[in-house]
Amino acid sequence: MELQAVLMAAGGGSRMMDLTYNTPKPMLPVGNKPLMWYPLNLLERVGFEEVIVITTKEVQKMMSTDPKIKLEVKMKLDVVCIQEDADMGTADALRHIQQKIKTDILVVSCDLITDAALHEVVDLFRAHNATLAMLMSPAHEFTETVPGQKGKMTAEQRDFVGVDESGTRLLFMANEADLEEGLSLRKSIMRKHPRIHIKTGLVDAHLYCLKKSVVDFLTENKFISSIRGELVPYLVRKQFSKSTNSPKTKEDVEDQNQKKKDGDTNPELRILFRDEPLLQLAHERSCWNDHRGDMSEAYHGGKLRCYVHIMDQGLCYRVNTLAAYIEANRLAPKLFEESAVHPSAVISEICLIGSDSIVGASCQVADKSSIKRSTIGNSTTVKEKVKVTNSIIMHGVTIEEGSNILGSVICSNAVIGQGADLKYCLVGNGQHIEPKAERTNEIIVGNDQFMEI
Amino acid sequence: MADSEVTDGLDRKDEIARVKNEGKELTKEEKQRLRKEKKQQKKIKEKKDDKVTSERQKEKTPVTSSPASQPAKQPPTQKEAPAPADKPTKSKAELKAERRLRQEAERASKQSKKGEGGQQGTTSKPKAPPNELQSAVKRLPEHIQVDNPEVLKKLAKKLERQQIPLRSDYGYKVSLFSHLHQYSRKAPLTQQLSIPSAVIHPAIVRLGLQYSQGIVAGSNARSVALLHAFKEVIRDYTTPPNEELSRDLVNKLKPYISFLNQCRPLSASMGNAIKYIKKEISNIPSQWKEEEAKSKLQTRIDGYIEVKITLAAKAISKYAIEKISNGDVILVYGCSSLVNHILCEAFEKDRQFRVIVVDSRPRLEGREAVRRLVQKGIRCTYVLISSVSYILPEVSKVFLGAHALLANGYVMSRVGTSQIALVAKAFNVPVLVCCETYKFCERVQTDSFVSNELDDPDDLIVTRNGKTHLECWQELPLLGLLNLVYDVTPPDFVDLVITDLGMIPCTSVPVVLRVKSVDQ
Repeated sequence: MELQAVLMAAGGGSRMMDLTYNTPKPMLPVGNKPLMWYPLNLLERVGFEEVIVITTKEVQKMMSTDPKIKLEVKMKLDVVCIQEDADMGTADALRHIQQKIKTDILVVSCDLITDAALHEVVDLFRAHNATLAMLMSPAHEFTETVPGQKGKMTAEQRDFVGVDESGTRLLFMANEADLEEGLSLRKSIMRKHPRIHIKTGLVDAHLYCLKKSVVDFLTENKFISSIRGELVPYLVRKQFSKSTNSPKTKEDVEDQNQKKKDGDTNPELRILFRDEPLLQLAHERSCWNDHRGDMSEAYHGGKLRCYVHIMDQGLCYRVNTLAAYIEANRLAPKLFEESAVHPSAVISEICLIGSDSIVGASCQVADKSSIKRSTIGNSTTVKEKVKVTNSIIMHGVTIEEGSNILGSVICSNAVIGQGADLKYCLVGNGQHIEPKAERTNEIIVGNDQFMEI
Repeated sequence: MADSEVTDGLDRKDEIARVKNEGKELTKEEKQRLRKEKKQQKKIKEKKDDKVTSERQKEKTPVTSSPASQPAKQPPTQKEAPAPADKPTKSKAELKAERRLRQEAERASKQSKKGEGGQQGTTSKPKAPPNELQSAVKRLPEHIQVDNPEVLKKLAKKLERQQIPLRSDYGYKVSLFSHLHQYSRKAPLTQQLSIPSAVIHPAIVRLGLQYSQGIVAGSNARSVALLHAFKEVIRDYTTPPNEELSRDLVNKLKPYISFLNQCRPLSASMGNAIKYIKKEISNIPSQWKEEEAKSKLQTRIDGYIEVKITLAAKAISKYAIEKISNGDVILVYGCSSLVNHILCEAFEKDRQFRVIVVDSRPRLEGREAVRRLVQKGIRCTYVLISSVSYILPEVSKVFLGAHALLANGYVMSRVGTSQIALVAKAFNVPVLVCCETYKFCERVQTDSFVSNELDDPDDLIVTRNGKTHLECWQELPLLGLLNLVYDVTPPDFVDLVITDLGMIPCTSVPVVLRVKSVDQ
């Protein structure tokens, strides 16, 4: 077996608490499918037959009852549950399942919606015998108005990504938060790669191909808890560190043994290739070099290599903020050729449903209602003379007559009273909006969501 | 040809009669009969000649039935030429030959009725030799018949059976080379494979990718990488129940080889390595346990690499260093791992020489050669192939690497090598080709057109000063980009071939091949 897929679905959705306080993030409906269905579908299309899913018990329960996942996902899902309150990072989760991992792994996050060609990432991983290969995409501006937003959005901390001339070798990765005094590059990197392209407008798709030795390294080194935050920058830095590159002489090995006895070293990442002398011979005899202009051999003799594939076209969204969620809902249906209106929905004849709207199963839409550019969830009831525009209605919602909903997000099981007028609002789970209410740009959630001070 | 059969009978009877009446005098009637028979035979001979020529025009087949049927005459024969002098003793042998020929003819006629229906007009006897001749004609290999849709269909079926995706050709092919495959590097074969590859071993997928992207390039490197990948395959192999390792493993390797062929056409050295492995696997005795067999195979593979590549390189450099004298100016072309090895060894043995590296687009492999030589401290000059006639007056020797040595003494190497050999010959500069014996192959080729490799045509596109002139080459209907990889150099231009068996002239290659096949 070449690669094992690992789906990280235990995240809490900390940046969109209003949506996720009742529904866990992996099960949020996007285009009437649960969010984790998208990466699972991606893996299935590419040809995976088994996926290890790391999630919480709650999500596992919801997964087993969800029709989409049960019926449409044909892969074998090996669900590993972790405690919700354990506050495990993604790297901690990998450490938790270390026993199950027998080969190199492909780690995907549950909030990734993309139509990227995965073979590009995996080809980089295979061809260059890389330690890490990841996927990135140019960020798109979010154009939709986000409900409940007061004032301009603060710019998120940017990521600085440095690649070489070919655009595939990852040389530098840091977040703006860590670069308080400016961006500094080590001379050793500049000497090996005199031309570096530094890009800021990239979104990390959180899709990583990692070698098995990295997982073994994680089990020994318990300080790393997040893949994105700590492991990836560590690996990128380690590419140019002296200890992984220079061949270990006898004295070095003895020194290391000494240090181990003293017990104060960090465990080193050991990159071992099977049958190394033959591989070395093959590369020596090959007339290929990945760079030119200096006297070093291919890869500068480095064994640890990190590669990135930057998509230049196609969709790639990480649904971890409300704005991303709304954008994803708008665009996700375009990924798949599915009929907009579910066959089991009961639609009256005098209503108007726009071509870019989606109506879920068992819906009831009454007369003279109009639904434009919206997503209606399963088992939702829309009564007469309702206007729904640019909105996302989740499952089990009841919208009484005469309501007007514009640019809003209505969570599951909410009830919108008669004649209510909601503009750019977010209505939490199970909320009731009284009739004839007029709300603009508000987040309406229950009292139990407020923190106790 | 009923006449001839009748005359055959008559002749035979005559011969028998003559044998019986050897001692007696010929009577008048017998003399007359003899004269008549001679006349008849002459007529038949004329008819036969006509038929022979007409048949030759039709089928170019020899008429071997004539000598057997008319031993009295001396008709031109092509295959069997029984001495016409031994007429009397030939009767029984001739009878047997007759019978044999008739049986063969009948068999051939049955075959020909099944196969070629167009040759119904001719008789059965001349059909026996044509089929023998046709079976001696070799079938053209598939990879140089790309413009034949039937061959493509067969290839597609074979790949489907082995569950390997078919790689489609890319772009307009120049008409002279339209019989070869032309792939694009941007459309790798892995696009159509499932990502955790189940059908093909991951080491082989990795190898195929490295081949198609050019990360492993060069005859020696490709063979070593191939053997390394096969070692991994053998390590991960388990014999299924009720199967024998010696047979099943060979069958497992076949789809891998097709896959690698699709990624990049196999080189001659890889072909020889694969033959060796297959032979070793089939020679494993069935009573050996799996672990033992696998470890034995791995040792054999290691031994093959050690002997044929590493030690051969040592032997070749030992011979070659004898040919390098102090003050030499050596010209090399491209990046040949063996030539680089020789030059580095010669430099370590304190020979004083300098090197001129000739390079050519689009591969520009010479840059890598210059890097390796300069790293050792050798003085190098770098030129492009367009200036080779300018720089040759300075050169004292030319060292060339080879991709393969063909059975008729031709050297197959990177495109441009024959050009350099030609110009060197014109300047009377000695050309030495360095090649290990495992790259010798049984193929015969006299031109670079029939069997070659077409690389990605987009490699020829270059951006200078921000302008890419050939960007939209596909839209121009009459423009074709040709990126050849190999060419053949005739043995007249090569003065010496340095192999691990010694220094041999180019024409001794078939001798080496014969000796090798006798050894095996």
